[in-house]
Amino acid sequence: MSEAVKTDERVREMSKLRQAMIRPELGGIVGTVAVFTFFILFAGNSGMFNAQGVMNWSTVSAQFMIIAVGACLLMIAGEFDLSVGSMIGFAGMMVAVFGVTLGWPMWLAVIVTFIICIAFGALNGYIVVRTGLPSFIVTLATLFILRGFTIFIPQTLERKTIIGGIREAAEGDWIASIFGGTIFKGFFQWLGDMGVIDVFSRGNKMGQPVVDGIPMLLVWAIGLVVLGHILLTRTRFGNWIYAAGGDAQAARYAGVPVNRVKILMFMFTAFCATVFAVCQVMEFGSAGADRGLLKEFEAIIAVVIGGALLTGGYGSVIGAALGALIFGVVQQGLFFAGVESSLFRVFLGVILLLAVILNTYIRRLITGER
Amino acid sequence: MQPIIQMNDIQKHFGSVIALAGVTIDFYPGECHCLLGDNGAGKSTFIKTMSGVHKPTSGDILFEGQPMHFSDPRDSIAAGIATVYQDLAMIPLMSVSRNFFMGNEPVKKRAGMSFFDHDYANETTMSEMRKMGINLRGPDQAVGTLSGGERQTVAIARAVHFGAKVLILDEPTSALGVRQTANVLATVDKVRKQGISVVFITHNVRHAMAVGDRFTVLNRGKTYGTANKGEITPEALQDMMAGGQELATLEGSLGGTV
Repeated sequence: MSEAVKTDERVREMSKLRQAMIRPELGGIVGTVAVFTFFILFAGNSGMFNAQGVMNWSTVSAQFMIIAVGACLLMIAGEFDLSVGSMIGFAGMMVAVFGVTLGWPMWLAVIVTFIICIAFGALNGYIVVRTGLPSFIVTLATLFILRGFTIFIPQTLERKTIIGGIREAAEGDWIASIFGGTIFKGFFQWLGDMGVIDVFSRGNKMGQPVVDGIPMLLVWAIGLVVLGHILLTRTRFGNWIYAAGGDAQAARYAGVPVNRVKILMFMFTAFCATVFAVCQVMEFGSAGADRGLLKEFEAIIAVVIGGALLTGGYGSVIGAALGALIFGVVQQGLFFAGVESSLFRVFLGVILLLAVILNTYIRRLITGER
Repeated sequence: MQPIIQMNDIQKHFGSVIALAGVTIDFYPGECHCLLGDNGAGKSTFIKTMSGVHKPTSGDILFEGQPMHFSDPRDSIAAGIATVYQDLAMIPLMSVSRNFFMGNEPVKKRAGMSFFDHDYANETTMSEMRKMGINLRGPDQAVGTLSGGERQTVAIARAVHFGAKVLILDEPTSALGVRQTANVLATVDKVRKQGISVVFITHNVRHAMAVGDRFTVLNRGKTYGTANKGEITPEALQDMMAGGQELATLEGSLGGTV
């Protein structure tokens, strides 16, 4: 009849398999294996897994990863940010306005953009912790405000909603090589020369490898994932992130500066969105008012597939990165497999539902809720 | 012996509501002082004043003989006054060891950066839990798998480990079953024997009688005085809490079971 005895018995019953299942990354790992198995079987010889194909889906995955890391840490801290997509559009537009329309040096344009966007993130966080309103509503407001500015500013200044000429303006600027371009060019040239990867056989790029290096986008993605993972699992601040999302009031009683943690995580999410935006405008050479549409939901879906709970307090950056990888592989893989690409959204919806159901089950295993 | 905390004529008003109308109580090291009272008697306001959440409207608080002015609960935690709240002690999704060190994370330096010292945290948690009679499967076991009584015990062990001199327990047994209550009361007894002053808030006279050295009854913001163990019967305490007459009538109709 006593609770204590019951608990002990159940704890003893726990099998090795069940213990192994109690990890936030489980869904992400299973999903990744399933997705790769599927595409190796159905698109194995479509070029999806040669150098060019790998670079194709890993670049798309890297984009998802960058915003997923921010969304993941914020969700574990117990909040959402729905303004990520608008922030991407806004940040890209700011770089274009400062760097092209106003003609500032590109490094200054990028740094000022970072400051403005992180300030918006801080404002989101400040409003959420001061008013106690759900972050869903506060950041929904920011979503519209930022998107509105993203359309209004270029229309007022240039009478158009796309500003180009960013690549030319960034030519030779050190900031361009941080957010755009590739590294390890020599190594890839050598791989090309050795015949490991294909080289162009004609045209003015003849002799150069089809993949000329690791894009900086990928470097940012891996860097942010590693940083986020270490921050969450290996530092004292990481413990505060879990605590703030697990139960803010209990954390406050234990002396955790919950408000500071939440505001900083909103700022970090804004930082990640801005990294995404700057990489994107450096690659495309232009900023458009409709960039980043729906990215906030894609980031949240990647995080949830990665095992984080929507209610906060539980999750994993590695899981979120795997969620982003699943996204990228499927989005590009459907193209390689010759499947109608609109089915990607159907897939997203289905996998999101499965992930949430699995997460709820895992949560019951952990907390012993019935 | 010098009292560790003296609360002298504490008054607390919230607007036009008088929550505390002049309460004077002393707390000594190594004693378990039970604070009894029905809902609305002012127990919560009183302990929140002690732990720095509220500032008293008038009256003074002496901590180890010195007047204290806490502006923030963190000040009182730093001074050694720890409060364990009934349902807000632990975070269920986090591991026992992460909970144990929440807000007090041990760090080790590596390459100039501070990292959470998981090895130290895990070892300390396991040994502290063993001392309290809880056998964990591992330090990474989630607190959610512990029973309510075990969670209270972990929270008490945590407060003691981080050097609490005064431990305020806010109704630690009110949501627990019989056996869990016994475990928590046994823990309170262990803690008291270490020389810590325990302030035990409850409205259950039987739980109070089991561990209390002294008993103070609060009613409508006032104290009915403090009684020592053995000088008062449970029935008398019960009557004081409920204001005597009404409960006597009720008790008659329920056959003396309340």
